[in-house]
Amino acid sequence: MAVAIAMDAQTVTAWMNEIAASVRAERDYLVQLDAAIGDGDHGINLNRGFDAVTLALSTEPDGTPGKLLILSGKTLVSTVGGASGPLWGSALRKAGRALGDGPTFDLAQLVDAMAAALASIQDLGAAVPGDKTMVDALEPAVTAMREGLARGASSGEMLRSAAEAAEAGMRATIPMQARKGRASYLGERSIGHQDPGATSTALIMRALERTVASTP
Amino acid sequence: MATATRRMRKIINEPDQVVKESLAGLAASVPDILRYDVGNQILVRADAPVKGKVALISGGGSGHEPLHGGFVGKGMLDAACPGEVFTSPVPDQMLAATKAVDGGAGVIHIVKNYTGDVLNFKMAADEAAEDGIKVEAIVIDDDVAVQDSLYTAGRRGVGATVIAEKMGGAAAERGDSLEAVVSVIKQVNARGRSFGIALSSCIPPASGNPIFDLPEGEMEVGIGIHGEPGRRRAPLGSAAEIADIMVEAVTSDLAAKSGANVLTFVNGMGGTPLLELYLLYGEVDKRLRALGLNPIRNLVGSYITSLEMAGASLTVVELDDNLTALWDAPVHTAALRWGG
Repeated sequence: MAVAIAMDAQTVTAWMNEIAASVRAERDYLVQLDAAIGDGDHGINLNRGFDAVTLALSTEPDGTPGKLLILSGKTLVSTVGGASGPLWGSALRKAGRALGDGPTFDLAQLVDAMAAALASIQDLGAAVPGDKTMVDALEPAVTAMREGLARGASSGEMLRSAAEAAEAGMRATIPMQARKGRASYLGERSIGHQDPGATSTALIMRALERTVASTP
Repeated sequence: MATATRRMRKIINEPDQVVKESLAGLAASVPDILRYDVGNQILVRADAPVKGKVALISGGGSGHEPLHGGFVGKGMLDAACPGEVFTSPVPDQMLAATKAVDGGAGVIHIVKNYTGDVLNFKMAADEAAEDGIKVEAIVIDDDVAVQDSLYTAGRRGVGATVIAEKMGGAAAERGDSLEAVVSVIKQVNARGRSFGIALSSCIPPASGNPIFDLPEGEMEVGIGIHGEPGRRRAPLGSAAEIADIMVEAVTSDLAAKSGANVLTFVNGMGGTPLLELYLLYGEVDKRLRALGLNPIRNLVGSYITSLEMAGASLTVVELDDNLTALWDAPVHTAALRWGG
């Protein structure tokens, strides 16, 4: 069994800040991807939302990790709009609830939280793998986390494999024809473009890996 | 290369303030009709809530003006919830609007079928229900360019939204019950079909770049209203050829009986002048009559737009006496005014 690592409220705040920085850096790239098959606002909306999350968390010095994730989700719902606001907003709220009220959480709880996030997104968006959506990145990432937990991988190894699985899932959206969201209106013309939602999801998973890797 | 002083060819100040400043300007232009609630970013009918009247709310991304804010007022909407450009508003806006207009007879959310709009309105309706406000959400999905199947998010809500807001608003103003107003809006959606084409792209202020690149001599066929590309690209046709495509797409799907009365809505996407829209209306009108339909009512102009996009859409709604009377009923909004 790997060394038990305890993550806490600071981990959540650091993860959200890491996502905000990453989305800001990749904002124009996400806009470009979205312009090809959507309406070109994905990077702008997520940037606005995660900046608001960073601000909300900075004024919330106390709170359990679960509460901070719920606050992050609520902030996304209130600031992002589009489809990604409700989807990621609900996902983080459900993940926060899954973490419960404890001051810390372990890897098994983190896996449960991400599984709850995935379930929330699939429930609300009614998307399944292969629809060319964020699910195509998140579902393999959660699977990789589960497998890592089962074989007793270290937190670093588990989250690296999750980030890699998300990125592989993201690239796998290129040849897909979209069946959900605005890209579905393009029919076959959506083929050949990487899905922006899957791309930001991969950024979010990579941010989680970096956050936990730098956790002492 | 962009510099700090480079300006887009738009009459704006800061790109991220465009929506807020535009809403403030609209409110300043029609203070007798509506007020702008800055904190909640909603436009509310000046005399809201109207006691005992069913209230109608709609909303969606900005960039489609005059939809929806230009339709707030007597005989149409009680409130509009504008999001950022081409981005759905957030549930907080719909919830605030719902509370601001609830006159005790129920609130209707008119939702254009786009994944983001549907999700955000659903969250707002759930919260309103928790607060004890009865909300009926009606999703408009009239765009025949999208096949309604398991393989898409379903047909988009486009031009029929304007007609549904007018007729539903008139029914509410007349004192119809919640069920009756809902039924009118659903009937407009069931008997309305739309199809759009674009001759140019459009430039959202936040990005400053055209959403897609449309070479000269080509057109996008089967567009929505968010600058998303169409189903296919075709050589730019004449007005007659464009009318052929639109009328064929709309009437074959609507399948109205010969002799039916219809409302014909020729809508500009924002960058096409009325000179061309009237011309297109003439082409459409001829074709509808040749098919045995009676275009007894019409609306020509830019009412559901995509910023400065050149292009047009056609919406045809099959009428009965009730819908015709509701269309003719008085309306007093920034964008539509007649009667009373």
